[in-house]
Amino acid sequence: MTSKTSPPCDGLSRRNFLRTTGAAGAALGVGIRHAAAHQPGSGVPPDAQPKIELTVNGRLRTLTVEPRTTLVEALRDTLGLTGTKIGCNQGQCGACTVLLNGDRVNSCLILALSANGAEITTIEGLANPDGSLHPMQTAFAEQDAFQCGYCTPGQILSAIACIDEGHAGSADEIREYMSGNLCRCGAYPNIVAAVESVRDSKEG
Amino acid sequence: MRNFAYYSPKNLADAIAAIRDSGGDILAGGTTVVDLMKIGVREPSALVDITGLAELEGHEIGADRIRFGALARMGHLADDKYLVAAAPVLTESLWKAASPQLRNVARLGGNILQRTRCPYFRDTAYAQCNKRSPGSGCAALDGGETSHHAIFGGSSACVAMYPGDWAQALIAFDAEIHTQGPGGRRRIPFADLHVLPGDTPEVETILQRGEIVTEITVPIVPALKASHYLKARDRESYAFASASAAVGVELDGDAVRDVRIALGGVAATPWRARAAEESLKGKPLTEESARAAGRIAFADARELEGSAYKIKLGADVVAGALMTAKSRANGGK
Ligand SMILES: Cc1cc2nc3c(=O)[nH]c(=O)nc-3n(C[C@H](O)[C@H](O)[C@H](O)COP(=O)(O)OP(=O)(O)OC[C@H]3O[C@@H](n4cnc5c(N)ncnc54)[C@H](O)[C@@H]3O)c2cc1C
Ligand code: SF4
Ligand code: FES
Ligand code: FES
Repeated sequence: MTSKTSPPCDGLSRRNFLRTTGAAGAALGVGIRHAAAHQPGSGVPPDAQPKIELTVNGRLRTLTVEPRTTLVEALRDTLGLTGTKIGCNQGQCGACTVLLNGDRVNSCLILALSANGAEITTIEGLANPDGSLHPMQTAFAEQDAFQCGYCTPGQILSAIACIDEGHAGSADEIREYMSGNLCRCGAYPNIVAAVESVRDSKEG
Repeated sequence: MRNFAYYSPKNLADAIAAIRDSGGDILAGGTTVVDLMKIGVREPSALVDITGLAELEGHEIGADRIRFGALARMGHLADDKYLVAAAPVLTESLWKAASPQLRNVARLGGNILQRTRCPYFRDTAYAQCNKRSPGSGCAALDGGETSHHAIFGGSSACVAMYPGDWAQALIAFDAEIHTQGPGGRRRIPFADLHVLPGDTPEVETILQRGEIVTEITVPIVPALKASHYLKARDRESYAFASASAAVGVELDGDAVRDVRIALGGVAATPWRARAAEESLKGKPLTEESARAAGRIAFADARELEGSAYKIKLGADVVAGALMTAKSRANGGK
């Protein structure tokens, strides 16, 4: 249906590999400033620039972060994926919503280090390789579900998850389960319509 | 945000050692910790990320108790259909909290230990906050905006409100917290976990430094099945409680055999309304007795500037929640 999940062999085997080596256990408290990628189980000093691995939109990426780098900063500033927006930067607006291992999350409140080894889907990863849009992107355009568009990447990722979780049963349920995404332009009724239309086309 | 050392241990012993050696804070989902670090309220020298401790995951509904691993995620539990049937108050107080995105990340251990949303605590531009910098005064009580502060349990040093929802269900149903730390393991009645602000509002719980909550258990009693969490907010969804009630009832014919009432959005800590419970025991649960219980629950509230609404709203919420619980006790939804 969509290209939203990554090619399984590349991403998954790499993650499992990381998990196992991590569990085998690098010693606690050892800073690994120059190691290939940060190993779970080990420590990172405050002045370190550890490397982490993320599978972003199906592509394995190795990137250098600081301990304080948040996931949204890693995506936008380090990887240049500026489709994910920062609104409040405090977990209150949902503009920074991405999928992390399939779950929608606020990437502004997650440390990049905590996301090490995860699979991330951002708005850039939704369209098919041939450029055709994800059904939720099409529905947002068709239903006029935005004005300025700033909240839209987060709304779309959240809307996809809302249906996948089975929380799009009624307009009320959609409103409740889309409440983590604020829209200052007040496109709410059309956002609900977009979610309903994708839900209905899936059922049909 | 200032940089910090970061540890990601894979087992409890390593986690306890890492906290001891680094003097760091515990990081679970981070929706409180990272938030407070970004706004400069907390500046820990190290974080010990405990989300790799697989032994703290999961939950099960046993014969006589429900066990929750401290790392179980709010969102996953809220959607568990067995839990919805066995203990609606426990799932309703989860899905009515925060947002789907936050619930996918936030863990139960972190949830019960979330910090107050007092705007002066959260804004370092205010020098006065006894909780953030002990002895500095209280910007809320010193002419601040107090419509979302505690009308129960506050002190002249601090009237910050405990904002969590799930904790109200836990205190109502006599939950216990299980911990492991440098001093070994212990089991703590949930009602003893949080402490009143008194003269030391910076101390919020009885947990020792490095003591990790490993699990939370809730005894199964008949009132748990006929339970409900009712939450009134400034907006319909995605807001902290203006007033809420976690309740449950067990009926013997018409008469109340067991009843549980806890109040959210109004107190300095999770808050059990024992006098209101006592007023109902052995008597029929009617709209009138439910309303009376609501009034009793708020009889000794200490109103702050702008918070009178909480007393009326809170009493109505208690009464409404009890009527839903009653209908559940009688087989309704
Ligand atoms: C915008 C917003 C809205 C919210 N709305 C609500 C709401 O309506 N209702 C509600 O109840 N909550 C709400 N919350 C709070 C949210 O539920 C909590 O932030 C979350 O549950 C904390 O869990 P966490 O895993 O992210 O904890 P963290 O942020 O990782 O940790 C929180 C605290 O607990 C400590 N800690 C964590 N785990 C353990 C452990 N196992 N043992 C010992 N200490 C531990 C940490 O050191 C820290 O002090 C909201 C939060 C935000 C940002
Ligand atoms: S109420 Fe408590 S947390 Fe708020 S400003 Fe006063 S001392 Fe600080
Ligand atoms: S920017 Fe992350 S929730 Fe607002
Ligand atoms: S379209 Fe402008 S904020 Fe939502």
